[in-house]
Amino acid sequence: MLATRLFTKNNQKIFYMNKVLSLVILASFAFFASCKKDSATPEYNTAQNGSISVEFDNIVGTSDLQLNTGSYTNSSNQVYKVTKLKYFVSNFKFNNIDGSVYTVPQDSSYFLIDESDVNRRLAKLKIPEGEYTSVTFTLGVDSLRNTMDISKRTGDLDVTGVATDMYWSWNSGYIFFKLDGTSTAVTTMGGVFQYHTGGFGGYTSATANNLKTITLNLSARGSAKVKASKTLGVNVHLLVDVNKVFTGTNTISLATTSMVHSITLGVPIAANCASIFSHDHTEN
Amino acid sequence: MYRKHYLTILIFVAGIIACNKNVVDEVVTFVNPSYFPKPTYNLENNPISKAKFELGRKLFYDPILSANNTISYGSCHIQTSAFTHHGHTVSHGILDRLGTRNSPAIMNLAWASSFMWDGGIVDLDLQAIAPITNHVEMDDSLPNVLAKLRTHAQYPGLFKNAFGSSDVTGINFLKALSQFMVMCVSNNSKYDSVKRNQASFTTVEIQGYQVFQQKCETCHKEPLFTDYSFRNNGLSISYQNDEGRFLVTNNPVDKYKFKVPSLRNLSYTAPYMHDGRLLTLDAVLDHYTTNVQATQNLDALLQNGITLNAVERTNLLAFLKTLDDKSFLLDKRLSEQ
Repeated sequence: MLATRLFTKNNQKIFYMNKVLSLVILASFAFFASCKKDSATPEYNTAQNGSISVEFDNIVGTSDLQLNTGSYTNSSNQVYKVTKLKYFVSNFKFNNIDGSVYTVPQDSSYFLIDESDVNRRLAKLKIPEGEYTSVTFTLGVDSLRNTMDISKRTGDLDVTGVATDMYWSWNSGYIFFKLDGTSTAVTTMGGVFQYHTGGFGGYTSATANNLKTITLNLSARGSAKVKASKTLGVNVHLLVDVNKVFTGTNTISLATTSMVHSITLGVPIAANCASIFSHDHTEN
Repeated sequence: MYRKHYLTILIFVAGIIACNKNVVDEVVTFVNPSYFPKPTYNLENNPISKAKFELGRKLFYDPILSANNTISYGSCHIQTSAFTHHGHTVSHGILDRLGTRNSPAIMNLAWASSFMWDGGIVDLDLQAIAPITNHVEMDDSLPNVLAKLRTHAQYPGLFKNAFGSSDVTGINFLKALSQFMVMCVSNNSKYDSVKRNQASFTTVEIQGYQVFQQKCETCHKEPLFTDYSFRNNGLSISYQNDEGRFLVTNNPVDKYKFKVPSLRNLSYTAPYMHDGRLLTLDAVLDHYTTNVQATQNLDALLQNGITLNAVERTNLLAFLKTLDDKSFLLDKRLSEQ
């Protein structure tokens, strides 16, 4: 707002002043602005933790995702609606500009993202002060946690509570990613499609592993400058494009694939899910 | 006068002893028989206590855990049938919906490495979730069941007694049920008495034991009478085309494989096989001697079936009867109270 006003003022000035003068003013303005920036470079105290959140903003192509009402078209020209979108993100790591890596303690690094719940779109974390240029996380629940005693699966991992529909009770393990909806391309089950992926590599027998590690570089669109003094914290805003579930490594057609409820059937979808995340901007 | 007092005191003391005996009978501890392996269930994460066990038992028999409050765990796992669903090929659950498999016995689960016919469940603490959420079994959800328990007149108090908090948490719910299941130990058959040198086999039983060791023991490993492996034992493929372990691993080598069941309490757990298709023990032996089908992944040990002559068969059946444990079926601690 302020920037716009200044710009407007400058425009008016340019209108009355000669070009040279305006350039001088602009240059000096730029100089002061850059000085101000230099003087504001934060000094980080790595002994202190600051707040950071990673926001999972679910979209379809260039539209915001609207559950139940929005109608979308995938790369195979199939029209679909989304009734449920839920997934686990876990094991967050942040790359510091100084080359070090901070791994968030595992017990506080599991988040169930749920499009239907405004309180379940952020992974809220505490990490040491510093400038971070990339974030790494897992889509899913790692094999170790997937096989831990139930007393270690509280909060977002509670299979008797919030995670009740994100768990295969008949084949012990979390569902990592769940996309349910309807499509005119689906001719069975009243047009319903359900894409559920899971599978951490197996407990007693080997199975496919549908865990995906996602690393996003933040430097191009804004690294995260974490300071304890920032009361609102830093927010790393990610876009999660549902349309990319149907395309990428594999083309998934709703006409031929509508029900996915097993580890192996989920492999092509999970492969696509590795590329649905992108960094949009950072609110520092 | 003194004698009268003496008698009164005697009767009083006897009364106390009798009372003590009742209390002793109800003490709940998990005892690992000396000739059993180490339990797979992690008892350190869930130490057995009387209050937790009794809470688990109450939950086990309570139909409040189903969508319309009609089906309990005990409905399909009946103690007098060694906690199976006697007489049912495949079990029926809520609204008489039929499942696809025969209820497995809740027996010696503390030693099991996986659960269900396909081994899909890897931890006993997670087992109780499956029937509650299964559409054909109890057809409810854990959050809904816990909500019902939280407003129940007795459960919050029972949870407080057991866990120190009246908060009905999912974790404590599952841990209590595990305590009941862990305590379902069957180790008082004649076979067990022989192992403990408290009895001896008859000649026929000894000969049957030898047949067993030659022809059955590889899969039905002593003393639990299963090696917990998954095998295709040559049943013809059912009309449901149940692919067994394959549904869990999605690995083609697991197609048509099912878990080797224990042979303990065999007399009480008919019908047999994962879908209950064989109604008698004779039919089971007929299967292995004459009916083994060469379906995909047939177990290497059964390529030619099992040969048994008439005498061997009689002796084997005599030995198998020594695995019956009537006391397990009558154990009042495990019964609905």
